[in-house]
Amino acid sequence: MISSRRSLAGCLFLLFLVLGCLPDAHALPAFARKYGLRCSACHESWPMLNYFGQKFKDNGYQLMNDRDAPIWQNPSYWPVTFRITPIWHRVSTGRVGVDTYAGGAVSGSTEQRIESSGFDLSGLDFHTGGTLEKNISFYLLPSSDPTGAFHFEQVFGRLDNIWGSSWLNVKLGRFELDNLLSEKRILTLTGNGGIYQTYHFIPVGDGNIFGQIGDNQFGLEYMGHSADDRTRVSASLLSSNDGNVNLSLGSNSYSGFFTASQAFDAGKLGVERFGFYDMGGQAATYYRTSGGVPIPGSGIGNKGFNRVGFVGQFYFGPHFDLQVVTQHGSDNIWFGQGFGNAIATDGNGGATCATPTGCPPNNTPGTVLPATARAPSWNGATFEAHYVYSPQLIFIGRYELERVSQQPNTTNASNLGNISTFTIGYRYNPFMTSRAGFAWHNEYNWLHQDGTGPQPGENLNSSELLIGFDFDF
Amino acid sequence: MRTKSFLQCSLLMSAAAVLAFSLPAKAQVSTVQLQAWLNLPTSTSHIGNITGNAKAGAVPYRRFCVGCHGPLGDGNGENAVWLDPKPRDFQLGIFKCRSTPTGTLPTDQDLFDAISRGLDRSNMPIWNTLTKDERADLVAWIKHFSPRWQNEKAGTPIQIPAEPEVTPERIKAGQEVFGRVQCWKCHGVEGMANGPSASTLTDDLGRAILPYNFSDGSRPKCGTSDRDIYKIFMTGLDGTPMPSFSDNIKPDEAWDLVFYLRTLQPHNAYNAKEKQIAKQLGLKPVAAQ
Repeated sequence: MISSRRSLAGCLFLLFLVLGCLPDAHALPAFARKYGLRCSACHESWPMLNYFGQKFKDNGYQLMNDRDAPIWQNPSYWPVTFRITPIWHRVSTGRVGVDTYAGGAVSGSTEQRIESSGFDLSGLDFHTGGTLEKNISFYLLPSSDPTGAFHFEQVFGRLDNIWGSSWLNVKLGRFELDNLLSEKRILTLTGNGGIYQTYHFIPVGDGNIFGQIGDNQFGLEYMGHSADDRTRVSASLLSSNDGNVNLSLGSNSYSGFFTASQAFDAGKLGVERFGFYDMGGQAATYYRTSGGVPIPGSGIGNKGFNRVGFVGQFYFGPHFDLQVVTQHGSDNIWFGQGFGNAIATDGNGGATCATPTGCPPNNTPGTVLPATARAPSWNGATFEAHYVYSPQLIFIGRYELERVSQQPNTTNASNLGNISTFTIGYRYNPFMTSRAGFAWHNEYNWLHQDGTGPQPGENLNSSELLIGFDFDF
Repeated sequence: MRTKSFLQCSLLMSAAAVLAFSLPAKAQVSTVQLQAWLNLPTSTSHIGNITGNAKAGAVPYRRFCVGCHGPLGDGNGENAVWLDPKPRDFQLGIFKCRSTPTGTLPTDQDLFDAISRGLDRSNMPIWNTLTKDERADLVAWIKHFSPRWQNEKAGTPIQIPAEPEVTPERIKAGQEVFGRVQCWKCHGVEGMANGPSASTLTDDLGRAILPYNFSDGSRPKCGTSDRDIYKIFMTGLDGTPMPSFSDNIKPDEAWDLVFYLRTLQPHNAYNAKEKQIAKQLGLKPVAAQ
């Protein structure tokens, strides 16, 4: 057994020898090949943007020279990039309730840690974006899950620099909220580490899925920035349906997202940025029913929610940076009782529950709140540090904590649902050109959640180790 | 548990291997020659009260610049073959945008401004998102590519007299200068880059090059202010067919020419008054002669 492990370790090392000797590849990432810049010009480490890349994005994927209009490109140029990640990963989940058997029949249950490992695949992303004309830009991202089932992750058109002002840009469609620490450009890929918990957290039992600032949302965004992008401001009007199509959720409810930040030139340290965001709005808690089954798009009974926080990007010289996002979240008391997502959509506007008993809670007329109900609130923070050894090698460390400050029910343990998680990893790009991206990705995530085990008071721990090739072309 | 240890060990081993393989790339610029140069006083740049350091400039150069300008600064980066105009060859030590007389090296501030401003009608972006220190470091690093910086000092910036008031007389005088020094031969009588010599122009390396088109609304490469325009034709764009006219145009006449050139541009933030006066004068294009 030991010798086989040594052999495997040797294989891994040999793999690195091969990777280290790879010649430069020549493929076609959409923006890099349009402008002839290397990935590293816009990305701290692909896909995370640096300040130059952020400005490029804020300008509507334009460098603001006369090469921005597509007429400057060779007619064969097609702004498409494919991204996919074949991986090997090992997932370990603690305290899973498992049946026990006696004489071939279920005799009871016990708790076990379930570990599984093997080779796997991410979904496939088709990134296509750029300019339709000078100062009219677009982005289209059909994205599949690992089985090949597609949806439209992002689709928007944008009017840039209206009347020649960088302070006037308008975007319409389904897009990522203007988060400086972008979840869509996250450097980590594991199930729990591949998202920012702070962007999605709600207390146990809470039914409000509409305040997830990490999810792409439908809406209209105004964005403005200074010429050097040091000052940024944006405001979005969003449908409160968490990015689901066909207005299946809500249909009559809206929310808003506002963020502003200011960066400072801190000399040898780099550029330091401070900002804040606020997402507030209303979402339906009651869906009219037919035969007891909620009707998609019929939501009423709007209730409020809010997410507000601080954002900081701090650079400590050319190699080290720390990014911080905090959040104070609060939901209406009705959300705390599980109302909010009565449709349980399949992501394409279709309801997934066919019978009244199979549906999530619906705040039908006459519903009474339990005496123990309270409006939930919580605080969270994400700290993500990067050590950029070179544009080709980045080390990532992240710690997140989510703490419920007021449980939705007085009977809940005060720490129920609290999350602590850390993720470490690195990405190594054996080559760096303007033609393709290729990263050897290694990552480990550990997540702890209080009180969500099968038995009351039991905590859950899970972990995942992931190794893979993350590439685009 | 053994499996876990093994996996952790593998992760560490592979990280160490990656680190090891990353080292040679950085070592490419650490030659003995470079180390010696880095110890010279010329390995710094001075932008106001900021001192740029060449060694520090190697980091942003590798990140932002090497794809076009190449690791050796010779303008032969991997993308150079696709670009028109070609990236600057820093080894030659010849720069278009200077405040110094033709044939001399630019000042550190000139290079800093070129990086910050970008070059319109080329693939050189505006790098004003970099910190001033990073840009100053880049200036210091760029200077190491050419031996000229070790043997010569930067030229002394030309003296630019205070900008006078725009008047109809000055614009008419500027038009006279435009005709006399034959700007129209390349730029055309209406500044539309269609003069009789326009199609024959080549740069010092024999590559075809177009004169600036005043009428298309693009930014002049070396800056958009009146002082920038003044500097362009009084220092010339070295390496291109655009000569210095400092021997042919007196400083006061140079301002007249600036005002006239403004009338050839589409309406913009800088030329409202010139355009208005030109309209009142009913200014006609110069006669090609």
